[in-house]
Amino acid sequence: MNIKVGMGSCGIAAGAGEIFDLLVKRAKNTDSGVTPVGCNGMCYLEPIVEVDGKMYTQVSEADVDDILSGIKPLHEAEQNQNRIALRNCGIINPENIDEYIEKGGYQPLNLTPEEVIEKVKASGLAGRGGAGFPTWFKWDACRKATCSSTASPCSDNKKYVICNADEGDPGAFMDRAILEGDPHSVLEGMLICAHAIGRGAPSGNSSLRDGALVEGIIYVRAEYPLVIKRLEIAIIQARERGFLGNQFDIKIKAGAGAFVCGEETALIASLEGERGMPRLKPPFPAEKGFWGKPSNINNVETFANVPWIMQNSGKAANTKVFALTGKIAKGGLVEVPMGCTIKDVVFNIGGGIQGGKNFKAVQLGGPSGGCIPASLQDTKIDYKSLAETGAIMGSGGMVVMDESSCMVDMARYFLDFTCKESCGKCAHCRVGNRRLLDILERICNGSGKDGDIELLEELSEEIKAGSLCALGQTAPNPVLTTLRYFKNEYEDHIKNKKCTAKSCKKLLTYSIDLNKCKKCNLCVKKCAANAITDFVINDEKCTKCGFCESLCKFEAVTVN
Amino acid sequence: MSCECRENLIEILQKTQEESGWLSRETLEKIAGETGIKPAKVIGVATFYAQFRDKPVGKNLILLCQGTACHVNGSAEIEAAIREHLKVEEGEITEGGKFTYSNVACLGCCSLAPAMMIISKEKGDKTYGKLTRESVVKILDEY
Repeated sequence: MNIKVGMGSCGIAAGAGEIFDLLVKRAKNTDSGVTPVGCNGMCYLEPIVEVDGKMYTQVSEADVDDILSGIKPLHEAEQNQNRIALRNCGIINPENIDEYIEKGGYQPLNLTPEEVIEKVKASGLAGRGGAGFPTWFKWDACRKATCSSTASPCSDNKKYVICNADEGDPGAFMDRAILEGDPHSVLEGMLICAHAIGRGAPSGNSSLRDGALVEGIIYVRAEYPLVIKRLEIAIIQARERGFLGNQFDIKIKAGAGAFVCGEETALIASLEGERGMPRLKPPFPAEKGFWGKPSNINNVETFANVPWIMQNSGKAANTKVFALTGKIAKGGLVEVPMGCTIKDVVFNIGGGIQGGKNFKAVQLGGPSGGCIPASLQDTKIDYKSLAETGAIMGSGGMVVMDESSCMVDMARYFLDFTCKESCGKCAHCRVGNRRLLDILERICNGSGKDGDIELLEELSEEIKAGSLCALGQTAPNPVLTTLRYFKNEYEDHIKNKKCTAKSCKKLLTYSIDLNKCKKCNLCVKKCAANAITDFVINDEKCTKCGFCESLCKFEAVTVN
Repeated sequence: MSCECRENLIEILQKTQEESGWLSRETLEKIAGETGIKPAKVIGVATFYAQFRDKPVGKNLILLCQGTACHVNGSAEIEAAIREHLKVEEGEITEGGKFTYSNVACLGCCSLAPAMMIISKEKGDKTYGKLTRESVVKILDEY
């Protein structure tokens, strides 16, 4: 038997580590092999064990013997997604380079740099980090750039290939899954990029006939220890085989927790050991990047697409990976073709909403993105259609919300995040977003005033216009999109002091329905605020924690 | 000053914190002295990044995920339960130094929302998912 255990961070957190150890122990004296693989995307079914192509899901330690004897009924793997970036995730052992090579990895590249760039252009690959900028254009600009900087004391004629693995969007884990499940696809993508930007002379420039010396750097979030471990193993193995090391090598740099470092120029500042603060562009990193040298920065998913493009001439790389989370029934990682609709993703792949509630909205693009209401669920997933709704494609976080999610609270949540993560350079972002948050907080607390909505709109436009980098320019998007589609909720909060989603605590009143109450005294005893006497809740003492509601077996506690 | 040294400042801070758990003013000044980087700059970098702590940490470090998926699935309830149970504010250490409670941006295991991670020298690093008010208290009591 060929046994595979899903060992991404999510699988391990669900208990896959214990299952793996037990399987190895039990299979020791049999002809079965047990291999760890990355996340196959079906996170809602973790821990997952795959035996000869069939899946066991939500495996517990008690199931291990059944798996080895083949007793437990098997589920056929559902695999109706068109996978490019995730092609090997959950299939190969990420700690074994041979399995990657067997799947067609590290094939000799008999192409000139120009041909490589032409192929990337033909595939239509665009930056998967969110902005959707054509990848070939960046590569071409970096290829044509020469090392003219004299400001840097480093040796000359160098270029850098940088992989942005600082996946900071809350609610997104696509890059983590790719790096944990198939690290070599990213390394190979960087290797191909190094060839494209550095090898040989751009025509007419004799001083660079031998090309530039290219170095690779992967900037990884420090919160992803397993990613760093698997990348280290992958880099060592690639060096042993001679793919890395001689002409092109890659090193890992761990970030230190700053969302703004996902912005290219801030990332470069951080790599240089500085505070991660963005600077004005141009010059673009393709001309003046790391230590003033021409640098090409792409996102993890973008690089993971590149080896596939080289092997599949003429085919378009037109998929996007999403982390489908929130109130969704089947949450996980999905790779969908551009052009499918939000409805397809939420209902056909994601299985609809948890607990049969109503679908209200999806949030795309994290703190830079926006909410798209259920009424626009037929919107196609492509860069242009999504931008028309006011949201963005983003890096791939897709958080699904149901009727219990308050949209004003969502806007408040994202602004709270942006305020904490603003680097402080631009006044509009530093102070303006703080003011936006103040207004949103008072609306959620029931102290909203007439004119607040207009103030939010005006301030949002000012912040967008007055900020240097994308963090500030996009920070008001969650406010603007919720105002566009859910203005009635804002008005309800301000005028009627009411939160229809029953989410904003300060606007709720808890009471006990004495017709249903059996006087069991449980809520009275357990209330931490001592707010319940004689089965009446004292609204002034009540902290609206909702504990009594969750305790009551007779559904006697009501919320309004 | 060579770029090599400046470039490695963040790594030096990370390694130092790994050993001592946090970065005191004295430690930062010592790093400045040894690397030749100005103290203002070292402190500037150390205070910019969320990873670096300027206070001692407890034996067990609780990192409660504040990602969007966790927020939608009720991380505020879990936060209330932790504060109540341990009598501790965010970023602070409990009396006796058993726990430090801290919020983090996103742990990246959104399908397990709401989630938290506990970093512990004794028990190793563990991630706990699908938390409820009751389960989080039970988990904390096991430490």
